Amino acid sequence: MSAEQVEPQGALTGLRVVELTSEPASFAGKLLADMGAEVIVVEPPAGSILRARPPFLGDVMGRERSLVWWHYNTSKLGVTLDLDLHEDRQRFRTLVESADVLIEAEPPRRLARLDLDYPHLRERKPDLVMVSITPFGRNDPQSEQASTDLTVLAAGGPVWSCGYDDHSLPPIRGWGNQGYNIASLYAVMGALIAILVRDERGIGQHVDVSMHAAANVTTEQATYTWLLVQQIVQRQTGRHAEAQRSLPTQALCSDGRWVNTGVPPRVRKEFVAVHDWLRELGLLEEFTDSVLLELGMERERLDLSKLGDDVEVQAIFAAGREAMMLIASKLPSYEFFQGAHARGMPVAIIYSPEEVFEDSHFRARGFQTPVEHPELGQTFLYPGAPIRFEGSPWRIRARAPLLGEHNEVVFGRRVGS
Amino acid sequence: MSSNALSHLRICDLTGQLAGAGATKILAAFGAQVIRVEDPVARGLWDILRSIGPFVDERRGVNLGGGFNNHNVEKLGITLNLRTERGQDLFRKLISVSDVVTENFAAGVLARRGFSYEQLKAIKRDIVYVSNCGFGQVGPYKEFKSWGPVAQAICGLTFSAGLPDLPPAGWGYSYMDHGGAYFMAVAILAAIFHRNRTGEGQWVDLSCTEAGATLTGPAILDYTVNGRPQRREGMPHSNRSQYGEMVPHGIYPARGEDRWVAIACRDDDDWRALCNALQEPWASHPDYATLAGRRAAEDEIDRRLAEWTREREAGSVAALLRMDQIPAAAVRRPDERIDGDPSTRAWGLWPVVKHSEIGEVRVEGLPLHLSQTDWEMERGAPCLGEHNERVYGEILGLSRAEMDELAAEGTI
Repeated sequence: MSAEQVEPQGALTGLRVVELTSEPASFAGKLLADMGAEVIVVEPPAGSILRARPPFLGDVMGRERSLVWWHYNTSKLGVTLDLDLHEDRQRFRTLVESADVLIEAEPPRRLARLDLDYPHLRERKPDLVMVSITPFGRNDPQSEQASTDLTVLAAGGPVWSCGYDDHSLPPIRGWGNQGYNIASLYAVMGALIAILVRDERGIGQHVDVSMHAAANVTTEQATYTWLLVQQIVQRQTGRHAEAQRSLPTQALCSDGRWVNTGVPPRVRKEFVAVHDWLRELGLLEEFTDSVLLELGMERERLDLSKLGDDVEVQAIFAAGREAMMLIASKLPSYEFFQGAHARGMPVAIIYSPEEVFEDSHFRARGFQTPVEHPELGQTFLYPGAPIRFEGSPWRIRARAPLLGEHNEVVFGRRVGS
Repeated sequence: MSSNALSHLRICDLTGQLAGAGATKILAAFGAQVIRVEDPVARGLWDILRSIGPFVDERRGVNLGGGFNNHNVEKLGITLNLRTERGQDLFRKLISVSDVVTENFAAGVLARRGFSYEQLKAIKRDIVYVSNCGFGQVGPYKEFKSWGPVAQAICGLTFSAGLPDLPPAGWGYSYMDHGGAYFMAVAILAAIFHRNRTGEGQWVDLSCTEAGATLTGPAILDYTVNGRPQRREGMPHSNRSQYGEMVPHGIYPARGEDRWVAIACRDDDDWRALCNALQEPWASHPDYATLAGRRAAEDEIDRRLAEWTREREAGSVAALLRMDQIPAAAVRRPDERIDGDPSTRAWGLWPVVKHSEIGEVRVEGLPLHLSQTDWEMERGAPCLGEHNERVYGEILGLSRAEMDELAAEGTI
């Protein structure tokens, strides 16, 4: 028996997905592929737009060198088709017929013009699950307009809540094309729900994912504060946007890294722990509000529902926060992080992406995932599993495909042409 | 009419807050029978959102938290004291008729109660068990507690959101609670697909920090492949394009107090269109015709563009540029995108549900529609123990006398 046969299969083994390459949907395809689905990404002959996205291997541009393409297309098979050509449209239809799911993020009218929209594809494959990601939903004319991750997050709410206490500075778009990521996560949910329905009832359907709607429902209390009490939250540096200002939570540690001081003490044992920590560090004298900490130690629990109107509760809560801020400012970030958690209080080092990648916990969990690039004779480390399936492992089966790498295997052998 | 997409799925749900409850909300909206199991002794307040605002009126209490209602629509709610032997028996009964067990306690909490995956599996051979916590169930930090702002700080998302030479701006809300919930929903669905195909259940160990660390993938590859860390001079600068592939690309001031407009030029065509729209002599500088030229002058272009936008309404700038197919959008406030935006209303993004105590109240809908088996939201979050009779009586077959006795002794 070969190693291939005994290796446990991914959760989505047996599912075949066709993905028309795009920025918004590529993460959806990656998630499905790394979970075991056979995902065939279809590119135009000139290559996906993602291949033109920096950064590049060694900072040298090239269609096989984009790290963005590499990241978002792991475990996929890659084929090229020119959908403006009749013959390639035929191949595309045949390919879709062989698949369970089609995922795409084209402007809504483009596929209709090519007779490749859902009504046309469904005629030949009634149980097809087609997932479309658009900026505002398929029936909204605004989806024909140009958009990017930046405009999705600006119009959809996240940007309003992010930034600094100083409102002369612009609000901030978080990094990493998160507008696309969350749309892709919903696309995967939609695909899987529709597939479970298909498996049970034999029906296909069209899943319509709106990036604008996805951003709108990914803003936590900014939305429900408006829905319920019609108040508008205001952005604050490194912490929740609120209708009323709150205390700062980020502190600069002695090694120059910022930390988030987390949830301040709320119950007796936490006040005791912080008080003890101040004493151990010789900071009790420097900390001017230790009397308030002692008041916290006298109570079973601080009633946070009174935070709005009870001045004593406010003062004790603020003292707990201030104590954590003072301790953080005196210690190197890792020492603060470990010390706080050892005392049961959740705080965080504000890691850069490469720092979390190198952190011992993530290494121990096997997050660093070697991926071989045989044509380069090199192996690189990739981010690992977002979800650890103990019985059907997440796995990067192969690096992203070279342009047209699987044309022959897909069109030659598997579906015919 | 509730959705029937997932009506064959029963989830024994111990999740709370947003990172957990947000996942099962999505499945409940698609018709899964999600049964929230809550502790009668703590009055369900392990999920602190039960009793914190916003509140619709002056009433307060464990059934009235606004966020809790938003994250728990369409679920059933029961009380069950797992510290007692009879409580554990009932829990085993419930598991034996469930497809999925979900929780987002700190690592090891459920196992210490006697319900590790192995024990769950002994009760129901093909059970899908999805645990979700900040650092996962294995690894040096498994005992470390977490919440949204901690998870997103550890995983790199807080660091990467901001402007150079300033503290991290981060995310002004628990983005990774949403993210954790989305990954958790995906995990449940994928594990069910796998179970249906193979007959095998499994345990899924979801860690919010690890899931979050996959959301900055290109930055990690830039480090592992090119040796370039994101912690470096001039970074982060997250309103700009990720690696300089679009210039200009930013959030610019508009007329009025705290009004802003986002503009992105994807390529040289967008830039030419922007020049036509601007009608400003500075923009016709020949160096700016190429991306390389614009990158070299990015600070200057941003400054000049901001001077132009500052004099204008954000909405009209966005409308003008979008007419020419240039990506642009006003930075919208909650009131503008909820009540002032015909497109979110047309989508049905703010459904009204009926909550037994709060009454009729608007909640967040879902950003996807299925053409045949769409989601529905009609019922608000369950009050504490609201569905004890239905679940213990109809599903587990207990008699009225048994239920009365269990209630009297504090088991339910």
